Amino acid sequence: MTDLLKVKDRDIVVPGEILAVGLGFLPGKGTYRDGDKLIAGMLGMVSVENKVVKLISLSGKYIPKVYDKVIGKVIDVLMTGWRIDIGSAYSAVLNLKEATSEFIERGADLTRIYNLDDYVMVQITNVTSQKLVDVSSRGPGLRKLNGGRIIEVNPHKVPRIIGKEGSMVSMVKQATGCNILVGQNGWVWLEGEPEKEIIAVNTIRKIEEEAHHMGLTDKIKDYLEKVTGVKIQAKE
Amino acid sequence: MAYTKRFDGRDWEETRPIEAKVGVIPRADGSAMFKIGNTVALAAVYGPRDLHPKFLQNPQTGILRCHYNMMPFSGHGERVRPGGSRRSRELSMVIEKSLLPVLDLSEYPNAVVDVFIELPQTDAGTRCAGITAAAMALADAGLAMKDLISAVAIGKVDDKILVDLNYDEEAYDGPKADIPVAMTPNSGKITLLQMDGEITKKELKKALEMAKKVCSQIYEIQKNALKEKFKVQ
Repeated sequence: MTDLLKVKDRDIVVPGEILAVGLGFLPGKGTYRDGDKLIAGMLGMVSVENKVVKLISLSGKYIPKVYDKVIGKVIDVLMTGWRIDIGSAYSAVLNLKEATSEFIERGADLTRIYNLDDYVMVQITNVTSQKLVDVSSRGPGLRKLNGGRIIEVNPHKVPRIIGKEGSMVSMVKQATGCNILVGQNGWVWLEGEPEKEIIAVNTIRKIEEEAHHMGLTDKIKDYLEKVTGVKIQAKE
Repeated sequence: MAYTKRFDGRDWEETRPIEAKVGVIPRADGSAMFKIGNTVALAAVYGPRDLHPKFLQNPQTGILRCHYNMMPFSGHGERVRPGGSRRSRELSMVIEKSLLPVLDLSEYPNAVVDVFIELPQTDAGTRCAGITAAAMALADAGLAMKDLISAVAIGKVDDKILVDLNYDEEAYDGPKADIPVAMTPNSGKITLLQMDGEITKKELKKALEMAKKVCSQIYEIQKNALKEKFKVQ
């Protein structure tokens, strides 16, 4: 049997495109098998690991995943918690128990803790098959976001914005002196001096636009040095 | 008088000039433009998102909702009355049913994917242009799809079988037929087949053969448009 890969690693493929012929290849995420052919089941970038062919998605809405840290907006106050918009097709519920360790009396006014339109950094604790999402705001780095601004980016570009072990975002933080929090859902919170905030927003937009470029970190470093006029010390 | 040469001088199996672009509407989750001759279709996809009214929700799977709309100034001469009509309702339904077979929305229970198809300029073949644009927009929105959908109208004018009728041919005063066909270009399955007029069995078979050929040409254009948006410089 001849196994033949029809595409290269990092190629962009569209739904229905034949990726490989032969039973030697295994279908990964976003692909399916039809007879002896491996076919793309969505638009994405090809990634071949040994014999597994999978697709990395490049567009589309955020899909909630357990343990993801996301930024959400309070859209409703419930009996024992809050309903939170996390920029996906499904809203999340933040239970009172998951929000505070204080004793809250029955029928107390929950808006004292989180009010409508507040932004909160939360972590997804559970997603059911019917896509009911539970989140928690108790944990390291999870808190209410006061002040600053929120921007939305493509959730599939978030890994590039954060960089390896947070290298990209910490570089932007260091250069602009802004506080930046990036949610896995593509919502980014920034707070700092007004002019610096704008620089940070532009930088993040630039990263989003050029996410697939090689040597992006160096490019962004040059860009930041140019606009801020300050040399950035390379981190070990 | 027999129809011996096409009004616009095209070959019998030649489509009008085609242009396609993906990502034309920044605020939409997926969007595309498909232009064939003087017919222009814009498709915007929103979602998957929350579905209201709630009674439309399906806990098994997400649903697809299509909205087909011809703009008032788009037509030939007569102004099209704005808003929905019986025709646009039917076409919305037809387009929805021709796109659903390739879509997998089971990952999105209770949600909806909205597709808006707007036609700023029309010259026959709007449902086919709409379906073609919508398929690109759905792929752009990152939804799970088994295949793309390409569509074209095959017609008969007098005794000639021809591809992609324009308005003059559609309005031909004599024996004619108009058959819009939508299919999956890779597996060759038909998802839409309608007919207006009369045709023999033999001619219909020939027409479907032609549709298959033209759809694979259109597929190449769709594919290139999609890759153009996401390509790495």
